[in-house]
Amino acid sequence: MLQSYPEGKKRSAVVPMLIYAQDETGAVTAELIEEVAKRCEVTPLQVDEVVGYYSMLHRKPQGKFHVQVCTNISCMLVGGTELYDQACKKLGLGHKQTAADGVFSLEEVECMGACSWAPMVAINYDYHHNVTPEQFDALIEGLKRAQ
Amino acid sequence: MAKKLYNEPSPLETKVISKRWGLEGSETLDVYLANDGFKAFLKAREMTPEAIIEEVKTSALRGRGGAGFPTGLKWSFVPRTSPKPKYIVVNGDESEPGTCKDRLLIEYDPHNLIEGILIAGLAMDAHKGYIYIRGEYRFVIEKMNKAIAEAYARGYLGKNIAGTGFDFDLYTHSGAGAYECGEETALLDSLEGKRGVPRMKPPFPAVAGAWASPTLLNNVETFASVPAIIRDGGAAYAALGTPKNGGTRLLCLSGHVNKPGVYEIPLGFPMMKAINELGGGMRNGKKLKAVVPGGSSCPILLASECDIAMDYDTVAKAGSMLGSGGMVVLDEDTDMVAVALRIMRFYAHESCGWCIPCREGTTWLRKILQRFNDGGGRHEDIALIGDVAKNMFGRTFCALGDAAAMPTMSIIQKFSHEFEERLAKQGSGLVSING
Repeated sequence: MLQSYPEGKKRSAVVPMLIYAQDETGAVTAELIEEVAKRCEVTPLQVDEVVGYYSMLHRKPQGKFHVQVCTNISCMLVGGTELYDQACKKLGLGHKQTAADGVFSLEEVECMGACSWAPMVAINYDYHHNVTPEQFDALIEGLKRAQ
Repeated sequence: MAKKLYNEPSPLETKVISKRWGLEGSETLDVYLANDGFKAFLKAREMTPEAIIEEVKTSALRGRGGAGFPTGLKWSFVPRTSPKPKYIVVNGDESEPGTCKDRLLIEYDPHNLIEGILIAGLAMDAHKGYIYIRGEYRFVIEKMNKAIAEAYARGYLGKNIAGTGFDFDLYTHSGAGAYECGEETALLDSLEGKRGVPRMKPPFPAVAGAWASPTLLNNVETFASVPAIIRDGGAAYAALGTPKNGGTRLLCLSGHVNKPGVYEIPLGFPMMKAINELGGGMRNGKKLKAVVPGGSSCPILLASECDIAMDYDTVAKAGSMLGSGGMVVLDEDTDMVAVALRIMRFYAHESCGWCIPCREGTTWLRKILQRFNDGGGRHEDIALIGDVAKNMFGRTFCALGDAAAMPTMSIIQKFSHEFEERLAKQGSGLVSING
């Protein structure tokens, strides 16, 4: 990753390195910040300050299955808000909450770029398009069985 | 053999950049090469940089990311003879609500994007490029990485591309969730590993962009349109559209239509035809109420204002913008107070906080609209919302402040009666001023 950038511009790798590392560690920890700073040859503070800026970076672990429901305009018009309410009930969670057993976490998200196939749900990095209430329940039940 | 797409194509489309979509294996180099792939690059290699830029100017291609700036002109601003390295940066941040097209250009036809970038590299004498893709699109980044690896393995990237003596290295760069990074200077800060906040302009990125070097920055769809322009000629591409609005573009149709989807249409395609024919008409036989023509930052158009051609200039004359191609169709039952609130919640969440009018304006508008939507509205709020939006407009480094202000001002102007009706419904004596 560091080789992608021009010589002396290792700082450019900070954001991608954080997000790929977070996938492994589950959250951005103090140790991770130190390590990224070392590899990118910047100060830990220069890493820390971007963590708070980017919405996908988080300091607390999310669930094994992070459920994201979009309620932005295109989704809202075709049932996205109702789908999010359903998700809250089904999972017993609110916005940015993680279940005590660590299996599920929930987030109401802004537009994720699936507007023409709305409403959409993303679980971890997988997109699900044109999601009906029945499909949503089936999706969650399937994950419960799978884990 | 056909591949299943996210939505059925329509016979009303004019397929230029989407013509390979649906072919089995369309994302592979072999299928690309068998369907006109890299012909344009080889042709461009025989042309002078000036001639390439001239062809793009002739095509009347305009930026597909939102601003609609003439692409050929933007290309001519990059100082080609600068001793500094020059960079090609591709904006694949695609975060404008209503927009879902750039991902398809990568998912279905990534080698076409690579070819467009290489042609830009020839024209700029640039030898390195970065495709900035929003972090949520991990599956898109993986598709792009796979195509880049295939192109390297087959000699279409790296040293001495296709035996032409031209070298070019291409990389993807993942964002991590920030709408603001779609703004070109914020994107460059993000590419440099910082918080994505906009830069003072000038200097423009053409002169001092990535790592303070001359940088050509365009949207994914803009670069993807270039191979067809070079292959078939700028004039042929321009002729597909209307004067000063060359070619075709992807329309992301969403909302209350029967057949939402991404469709490729020539510039100047009638808006009502897009709704009634491409989109299969309104869902459940409802009446059209309003249209957001090009992503949620565009001023909203009333149904009576939609009988227009969709080119940049005509939509601008109607008081809105073609933006990023995200057309959201609203039916008669849509609650405009709720729409205004949802749009403002988005911009308040995404404001990077760099400019105070935007940071404070979006936050206060969200609070006022939330209170109004929750039944705590006051009559003076209607004027206050319009006033705050107006005072935010034009007073920020980047266009996010404007993006939040424009739909809000248009909703207040065109749908104030809906706000009045809400007040009438909530009756008297239930007003909370602490909201």
